[in-house]
Amino acid sequence: MTDPRPPTLWTRRDVQTRSGWALLSASLFAGFGAFVRLLFPRVRSEPPTKVVLGRPEDFAVGEVSERFKKSHRLIVVREALGFYALRSVCTHLGCVPAWSAAQDKFKCPCHGSGFHRDGVNFEGPAPRPLERLALALDADGNLVADTAVVLRSERGEWARDDAFVRYPKEGRP
Amino acid sequence: MSDAEATGQPGEAPGLVREVVKSALRVENVDTPKNRVLAVAHTVWLHLHPSKVPRHAVRFSFTWGAGGIAFYLFLITVVTGVALMFVYRPTPEHAWLDMKRLDFDVPFGMVNRNMHRWAAHAMVIVVWVHLLRVFLTGSYKAPRQFNWVVGVGLLTLTMLLSFTGYLLPWDQLSMWAVTVGTNMAAAAPVVGHEGPFAAPGVTAANDARALLLGGPTVGGNALLRFYILHCVALPLALGLGCILHFWRVRRDGGISGPAAPKGGA
Repeated sequence: MTDPRPPTLWTRRDVQTRSGWALLSASLFAGFGAFVRLLFPRVRSEPPTKVVLGRPEDFAVGEVSERFKKSHRLIVVREALGFYALRSVCTHLGCVPAWSAAQDKFKCPCHGSGFHRDGVNFEGPAPRPLERLALALDADGNLVADTAVVLRSERGEWARDDAFVRYPKEGRP
Repeated sequence: MSDAEATGQPGEAPGLVREVVKSALRVENVDTPKNRVLAVAHTVWLHLHPSKVPRHAVRFSFTWGAGGIAFYLFLITVVTGVALMFVYRPTPEHAWLDMKRLDFDVPFGMVNRNMHRWAAHAMVIVVWVHLLRVFLTGSYKAPRQFNWVVGVGLLTLTMLLSFTGYLLPWDQLSMWAVTVGTNMAAAAPVVGHEGPFAAPGVTAANDARALLLGGPTVGGNALLRFYILHCVALPLALGLGCILHFWRVRRDGGISGPAAPKGGA
């Protein structure tokens, strides 16, 4: 079959057809880009990260308190010398470890990871200790945890001042 | 691929492209009148398209292009509507805020929402214009009587889509508009408890209004039901109706034209 058209590179019709398709593709591409951008809103609404835990006296020495576990996924531990807060998020795959007073350990129900009361892992698949949250005493003397500041043992962050709150203050060595 | 294959004739696609196009269209991508007809007739994408367009069909003054424009507007509402669904949550505590979020937070949210809104308004108008044109040109007559009935069904679905979408911004206007609209359902014959000839056993708790609202007033259940109708049930029905409608246009002898074509159209 012979092509009846003159041997030019693009005919007038080719140019128009291709410009049409180019315009259509460009607008579809731009529209798709706008759609992808729409999936990343500028504002996200999240709860405040500072959690007021109450007076230090509210916690008994040796207590592992789960009273903020459901609301904020954090555990408050009071030792003889002071406080620290643990994130109750298993470092294996993110389930919620439960405190077992009888066995004196945190036990994750998903895959059996175990953690000592200080958060250090000792059994099961968890690769590293539970994370601590920054803790401080505010001006009113309340314990305040910040869920946005995560302190990881293997990075040496547990040595920071906000990883452990001395209480009572005169107990400072 | 050799150079000879790659270049080929002017205006002819290179070998690989040609093969891909052929595998998709089931027709050799060589621009001949026969291949054009085959390409249209042999593929799912183009088979609704007429393989030959009669001269009168491109005369805008006869058809006003209203049917095509209505379908185009429907496509716009589908595409923008799906985008809106990624942000909007149909619950009383979120719906109105999500609409405000679309307008003020979400990138391209406002243009998306307004495209959806204006395309929807325009679709209602254009569908009416389409029916008016079909009526004025007598195009509802044999052999197109059935497609007129399908078209009236599509008009009804368009109105119902407009009505159900009206509730979703969840402001005072939509709330009271749907209160009024569903109270009209309560006054419908047979299926409404306030209507004439109410069937035995039809009460305020089980009539057409209760079915629409999922409760005694416009609340969370009504919002959810209208959302599902608006985003799933009605678009699906309208899409299926469009398939039938367009297929019948082809089967009933193509787009209708002037009764006595002048000059061999």
